[in-house]
Amino acid sequence: MADSSWLNTFPKMDRVDLLEIRKYLDGAFRDFSREYGDDLEVFFSPLLDFLIWFEKLLVQSPWWAVLLSITALVYVASRSWKLSLSVVVSFMLIGYFGMWEDTMRTLSIITVCTMLAIILGVPIGILMSRSDRTQSVVTPVLDVMQTMPAFVYLIPVVMLLGIGKVPGVIAVVIYAIPPVIRLTNLGIRLVDKEVLEAATAYGANKMQRLLGVQLPLASPTIMAGINQTIMMALGMVVIASMIGVKGLGQPVLKSITNQYFTLGLFNGLAIVALAIIFDRASQAYAKRSQKHLQDGHNG
Amino acid sequence: MASETNKKPLIQIKDLYKVFGKKSESVMPLVREGLSKDDILAKTGHTVGLKAINLDINKGEIFVIMGLSGSGKSTLIRHFNRLIDPSEGQILVEGIDVMKLNTKELEIFRRKKMAMVFQRFGLMPHRNVQDNVAYGLSVQGVDKATRAEKAKQWLETVGLAGYEKQYPSQLSGGQQQRVGLARALCTDAEILLMDEAFSALDPLIRSEMQDQLVELQKELNKTIIFITHDLDEALRIGDRIAILKDGELIQLGEPVDILLNPADDYVEAFVKDVNRPRALTVSTVMKPPAYRLTAETIGGALEEMRRIPANYAYYMTDDGFQGVVCEKALENAAQSDEEGLMEEFKVEDMSSLSPDAPLESIIPETMKSKFPLPVVDDDGDLQGVLSREDLAEVLSGFNRVETDGETQIENNDK
Repeated sequence: MADSSWLNTFPKMDRVDLLEIRKYLDGAFRDFSREYGDDLEVFFSPLLDFLIWFEKLLVQSPWWAVLLSITALVYVASRSWKLSLSVVVSFMLIGYFGMWEDTMRTLSIITVCTMLAIILGVPIGILMSRSDRTQSVVTPVLDVMQTMPAFVYLIPVVMLLGIGKVPGVIAVVIYAIPPVIRLTNLGIRLVDKEVLEAATAYGANKMQRLLGVQLPLASPTIMAGINQTIMMALGMVVIASMIGVKGLGQPVLKSITNQYFTLGLFNGLAIVALAIIFDRASQAYAKRSQKHLQDGHNG
Repeated sequence: MASETNKKPLIQIKDLYKVFGKKSESVMPLVREGLSKDDILAKTGHTVGLKAINLDINKGEIFVIMGLSGSGKSTLIRHFNRLIDPSEGQILVEGIDVMKLNTKELEIFRRKKMAMVFQRFGLMPHRNVQDNVAYGLSVQGVDKATRAEKAKQWLETVGLAGYEKQYPSQLSGGQQQRVGLARALCTDAEILLMDEAFSALDPLIRSEMQDQLVELQKELNKTIIFITHDLDEALRIGDRIAILKDGELIQLGEPVDILLNPADDYVEAFVKDVNRPRALTVSTVMKPPAYRLTAETIGGALEEMRRIPANYAYYMTDDGFQGVVCEKALENAAQSDEEGLMEEFKVEDMSSLSPDAPLESIIPETMKSKFPLPVVDDDGDLQGVLSREDLAEVLSGFNRVETDGETQIENNDK
């Protein structure tokens, strides 16, 4: 090739160099995972134990006990008979169509993922709201987490931890955590400056300001973030099933490969039912707990 | 209330400067050189908030800081409890340099010494009225029962008993600010910072709140620093008034000083719109009593009368002001009995004015009378006179009352 051809074709890197880079990075990561993979597995083993215990609890308890406690939880959160009744009906249908066990597995992993996302996400959001510099660092990371195809970060996770529940949880959390972080940050930043100033003027320290003013006033926004996180976690269930997470995702995956339309539809509908129940219950709870913020006649 | 100069002031602000911007230190020399706010903004992109502020605030006074938006008044009040840190300068409260307090000490200082009332109330929407009022106490870690009790007590004081369990959004603006006021009073802090506390309220509620504040102050005797953009409000409640413009202190004085001797055109423009008959009292515009008769006999009185350039005079005895005497009547009486006693001479009865009465209440009387009306204090002493010409002059908006030797107006220009 002549030197002048860069005008016609893009001047790209030599294939050999590119191969070298890929080889080097892959090699480095492989070494890293060989070196630290076991340590990481040990590190995550409490999480795994908890996951197994929780899944067993849901799967092995009598179905009526599980149904009763879920309905009770939904009622306590929403105080709505209508919603509680639809929970009973949809879980009965799910059970009747033979998806009870898979639904319980999915329910358990979603619950754990959501809890993890909140435990990690809210503090990160708080830190982000405290300084513009932290915000400018974290925001692009969140952008990457949300837009990077999930399969891409499944690869290193699987390389490090193998196939199973823990890498599944990690993948789901990575995918689902951005909304709760973003909206916690936003919610705190939007807190009325004068109210916060009032707290400071009366001598509140940082913690008193955070717990007494910032978090309560940001809670509608934070709740919206948690809601989004739950929805995204449910959406991730199918992809997580590719790396061995049992639950409603696996039958869906099976029906894609074997073209079982009805099987896919039923399991998909079960996921939708779970999503709607989670969404309505958490929104009703948020609305109820912020009632006094909304019904003012003076705005 | 006059300022007591012999006592050490409660709060002292010394040479306070505040420059907003990234490199405020580098701009300070320019500020001290005396460049204007606009020049500095154009040159460096920094905003001068406050410039060379010196203030002494005495215990127990209502000190009003007045200025238009952008004059730096809200910035200044936030320096008292260090919600804003100055670029340079000292803030002393009871001799303690607030700038030297560390975070912990500053928190304790804010809890115990000062309480603040905000323009848009700054109430916590997620707490009910009682918990809002008790907020300062809850920050201090006071137990629940005491908090509830004190909150109740202060809510009663501000006239909101029975609203304990309501949320702020359920109250009207005036009621919300009462909650704000109760919250400030609930901590028993000595100093009350009020940042345009009544500006967001409609006029009727505003004047109601002003009256309430003045009433409360009579009982509580706090030191109140009050920010406003409304001169009427400043004159109504202030013991002393400081006027800010572009971050600089333009004039400092008692309301009458400001009203009658505005320091410059800026203050004068403010003063022009003031409701003078309500803001001024008789004592501030009266003239000294020029023509008085003290002789015991009619003949003596007539002689005194002839020496003065007027044909009327006010008759005084040791018991005080007796009435007004006409030259004509006196001449007639002298023709019949020159040695007759003044006590027997029938002086013309005349209504007198109280020196503390606001001008608006005495306009009709003064305008109807052909003589200047005597101003008599509670002890019966003649303090001065008020003619309809003088009154008309003040009311018609001559901004400077003549301040030659004859006037009684204190004229201590700053």
